Amino acid sequence: MFEVIFFSLIVVAGTMGELCISRAMKETGEVHEFHPRAIAQAVFRAMQVKWTWIGIALMAVGFFSLLAILSVDNVSYVVPVTALSYVAGAFGGIFFLGERVNSRRWLGIALVCVGVTLVIIGNR
Amino acid sequence: MTPHHRLHLKTFLMITIMVLAGPLGNVLLGKGMKDVGKVTVSSPADLLHVFFRVFTSGTIWLGVASLLTFFLAYMLVLSWADYSYVQPASSIAYAIVAVLGVLVLRETVSPLRWLGIAVICLGVLIVGQTHPSTTENR
Repeated sequence: MFEVIFFSLIVVAGTMGELCISRAMKETGEVHEFHPRAIAQAVFRAMQVKWTWIGIALMAVGFFSLLAILSVDNVSYVVPVTALSYVAGAFGGIFFLGERVNSRRWLGIALVCVGVTLVIIGNR
Repeated sequence: MTPHHRLHLKTFLMITIMVLAGPLGNVLLGKGMKDVGKVTVSSPADLLHVFFRVFTSGTIWLGVASLLTFFLAYMLVLSWADYSYVQPASSIAYAIVAVLGVLVLRETVSPLRWLGIAVICLGVLIVGQTHPSTTENR
């Protein structure tokens, strides 16, 4: 039960948090230059967007759940299981951010999921 | 260099930083949390005790610094590339986590798990061949 609760929090809160961050960065605008001042300005602009803070809060929940799991399980078991967020991420990208996922990209995502499943089975 | 190539190059650079800093951070967190011990959340005092031990661990802070590096690269790349492109492309990190797990934490990785990692890398390769952004210039 300990694992189910915390893995669910990592996947659901983590993915929702990342989607919020992605939406926030699209509102912030493309970062064209990479000198420290430009990056600092981009971070400052991002902090004006409410989605950034919603995203950070959700990702914090995911992060502390990850710490809790890592206190009992191996990194090489925990990290692959958290990849359950791949499918959620693709659907979230479509419905929340208006991204288009073509069949080739779906194939890649599907293969990643198959690989992740094998990794988990190989750990049992 | 065409704008198209430039977009691919800077996306590739940011993803490289992500897939090195992310796994390193996870491995450091794993090591740090093994030192902290099993987290129990039976009482507020317990939780406070766990938080204290987590935030006084140097290994955890190194892991957090590494993950912040990952996070900065991630935020930058998401300002121009699709989330559903970046997330699968960054999954090569699973191979690096496994390698670091073996080398640093002395974890054992079964043949089936290596096979799974190979399949993940194949999936990443296919995703990497699609264009990074589908929403611009609609």
